Amino acid sequence: MENTAVLRARALSRKYGQDAALVRAVDEVDLDVTPGESVAIVGPSGCGKSTLLHLLGGLERPTGGELWLAGQRIDQMGESALARLRRHAVGFVFQAFHLVDELTAAENVELPALLAGASPRAARRRAAELLEQIGLADRARHLPSALSGGQRQRVAIARALVGEPLVVLADEPTGNLDSGATIEVLRLFDGLREAGQTLVTVTHDSRIAATADRLISMRDGAFVDETRLTGGSTGSLGALAGLEG
Amino acid sequence: MGRVLLVYRLAARDLRRHAAQSVLLLLVITATSATLTLGLAMHTVTTSPWNRTFAATDGPDIVAQSFPPPPRPDGSVPQSATQKTNILNAMAALTHTPGVTESSGPFPTASPVLRVHGTTAPVMAEGRDPARAGIDTPELTAGTWVRPGGVVLQRSLADALGAGPGDRVTLGGRPFLVDGVAVTAAQGELWVPGLVWVTRAAAVSLATRAHPLSYVLNLRLADPASAPAFADTHSRAIGTGALGLTPWQQVQSSDTRVATVVQIVLLMGSWLLGLLALASVAVLVGGRMADQTRRVGLLKAVGGTPGLAAGVLLAEHLALALVAAALGLAVGWLAAPLLTGPGNALLGTASSPSLTVSTVLLVAAVAVAVAGIATLVPAIRAARASTIRALNNPARPPRRRGTLIAISTRLPVPLLLGLRLAARRPRRAILTAATLVISVATVTAALITRYSFEVQNQQQGGTGSLPGLLNRPLQGQVNQVVLVLGMIMVALAAINAIFITQATVLDARRPSALARALGATPRQVSAGLSTAQLLPALVAGLAGLPVGMVLVKLAVGLGGGNASGVTTPPVWWLIAVVAGTLVAVAGLTAIPARLGARLPAATVLAAE
Repeated sequence: MENTAVLRARALSRKYGQDAALVRAVDEVDLDVTPGESVAIVGPSGCGKSTLLHLLGGLERPTGGELWLAGQRIDQMGESALARLRRHAVGFVFQAFHLVDELTAAENVELPALLAGASPRAARRRAAELLEQIGLADRARHLPSALSGGQRQRVAIARALVGEPLVVLADEPTGNLDSGATIEVLRLFDGLREAGQTLVTVTHDSRIAATADRLISMRDGAFVDETRLTGGSTGSLGALAGLEG
Repeated sequence: MGRVLLVYRLAARDLRRHAAQSVLLLLVITATSATLTLGLAMHTVTTSPWNRTFAATDGPDIVAQSFPPPPRPDGSVPQSATQKTNILNAMAALTHTPGVTESSGPFPTASPVLRVHGTTAPVMAEGRDPARAGIDTPELTAGTWVRPGGVVLQRSLADALGAGPGDRVTLGGRPFLVDGVAVTAAQGELWVPGLVWVTRAAAVSLATRAHPLSYVLNLRLADPASAPAFADTHSRAIGTGALGLTPWQQVQSSDTRVATVVQIVLLMGSWLLGLLALASVAVLVGGRMADQTRRVGLLKAVGGTPGLAAGVLLAEHLALALVAAALGLAVGWLAAPLLTGPGNALLGTASSPSLTVSTVLLVAAVAVAVAGIATLVPAIRAARASTIRALNNPARPPRRRGTLIAISTRLPVPLLLGLRLAARRPRRAILTAATLVISVATVTAALITRYSFEVQNQQQGGTGSLPGLLNRPLQGQVNQVVLVLGMIMVALAAINAIFITQATVLDARRPSALARALGATPRQVSAGLSTAQLLPALVAGLAGLPVGMVLVKLAVGLGGGNASGVTTPPVWWLIAVVAGTLVAVAGLTAIPARLGARLPAATVLAAE
């Protein structure tokens, strides 16, 4: 199990402040995510979900515990080494999309590939494929300001996938979307899960949580409940989420 | 009244909150105002010593001097008794010409070589009587007037040779004792040969076949202003020799040349500093626009009018400009005499110039204009912005430059990031380039000036020759002024570079954090932020070289000099300027760029 886990955390902690002002954003969390698994982390605002996701992706440093990504221990890894590992191992999807305003949809998608050293032609080809897959080929030359919220998030998802990452970390991917756009993104995530893409999603949205293989509840920085969902989007929960029919 | 108080309170609080930027604005505009004050005040500082000397020495309106015929092949000069008679007759006739009211002379002059402390210099030895002449009575600044066996040196010559009363010198190989040092308004301080006074008998005895005796006659005219026309009319050939007339205006122009050149350099420097200040203020104001726009939104949300919002922004910068103008006037007024003491050959001590109303108004107007122009557009834009938009998304959306984005995909990551960051804010990149062009041009001008002087000195026999020695004050002062201006501009450009990088870092927080989340290393992001400044620096470095050359030629042209005498320094000097600019910008931007690249990506992205 240890050897095959894409992500592995042991007693992972992130504390802010000290003494009376001490905040345990993430409090000794243990987690294993296997290849192809889809994990949803739910919990109230401020429970530490996003902080955990940032720790898992190496965007933030843990203050305690151990963390492995793609078999490499990353909690003590240098910033540059982490950045290089992220290029191939992690794809981020943010609640606020975080598309670069002055780049077109295609240019946004190809950006991580260029940062990873891909040739401009290869990066553009891969971006075009992904935009085709998410149904935005006709929006490739549009700036983010000309796209709807759902389209922007789909572009952000394509960007997360361009480096063919081992795991996609999504932070409230439907948090800024209306219900129609949420369905678009839900379908996309379901497709990713079915394609065997490893996913860790932080969400408030029960519908996106229902598409996961495993549901983890978080409160005050710690895991308080864990449920294995056998059906995912293709089972009864998927139907409940409105992804079928 | 309440509204004025509100504007004052808001402006004062904002200035205090951004103390570092306020101090920088103050410094930039003060430097501009001081330089402009210096340039404008130079005229009164420079002409008064010559006027005092002219009055104290009963300066001549016209100096008439005879010139011998050209030498024979054996080096001797034909000087017949007839020729001498013709010259003296012509001079006598001049004294009776209508318009001439008084004269002194003719005085015999020889052209021996002066040797003192191992240095030799060609001089014109004018034979004088012990008694005071009616016109051109050199004013002693040390020692006594000529006595048999003694010589009096013109002060600029004495200073250039390091000689003074009591020193033993030789004239034409014969020993003389320096009796005194004096100033005159009859010969310019930089003129070669230098001027000395001896007794009439000594002057006659110093004449040789190669350098026969000449004569000098000083004239007073009823209308001094007509001296140039008088000189043109009466300069003429006499036999094989000639009679040359020099009007007092020519001497004055020559003697005030040092200060005139310095004045031109300072005035040009002040206008360049004005442009630099304009760019600096625009950078500083632009860097704070997101902050300011949010504040404008808040003001409007609580009932402030667009006019009030714009007024606050304008008020704080105009107040700073007025304080800076006052400081600049004071600094310029105090520094003027330091930069332009009177020439060695002139009487008088340096004194502060009087500040005229027009100088004060012009300096204040330039300072206010610099601040006003740089602030007006952002103030109007902020006032016009919708309140909700100003509150929610105060930063202006970045520009898209499709071609540059496409080109950047073929570049290494730091260049890719740098080019895209520079392209996001083209106005900022242009301002960066503009401030650096001015600084590079000034440094280039300083190098060209220094090099041209060196070449000129070499052509005139080196710095040990008399022209070289006499040129020292002019060259020294010009070099000093250009160097000081260059240092001020480099310092201001350096501070600008740091502020611009800081503004870029703040503006690029989200794209930088995003790039790191997507796999860029901190070093790549840091290098990208520095590259965003290096690209305009490279353009500025290359553009600054020709601009510097044009500035020098312009200054030489305005100073009445010959622009063809301006010599381009060796290519490696110019390459060093460009390379130095890039190294300096890279060094200055490294720290803010590194700090910017280390902002916690998760925090930045979570905050958006």
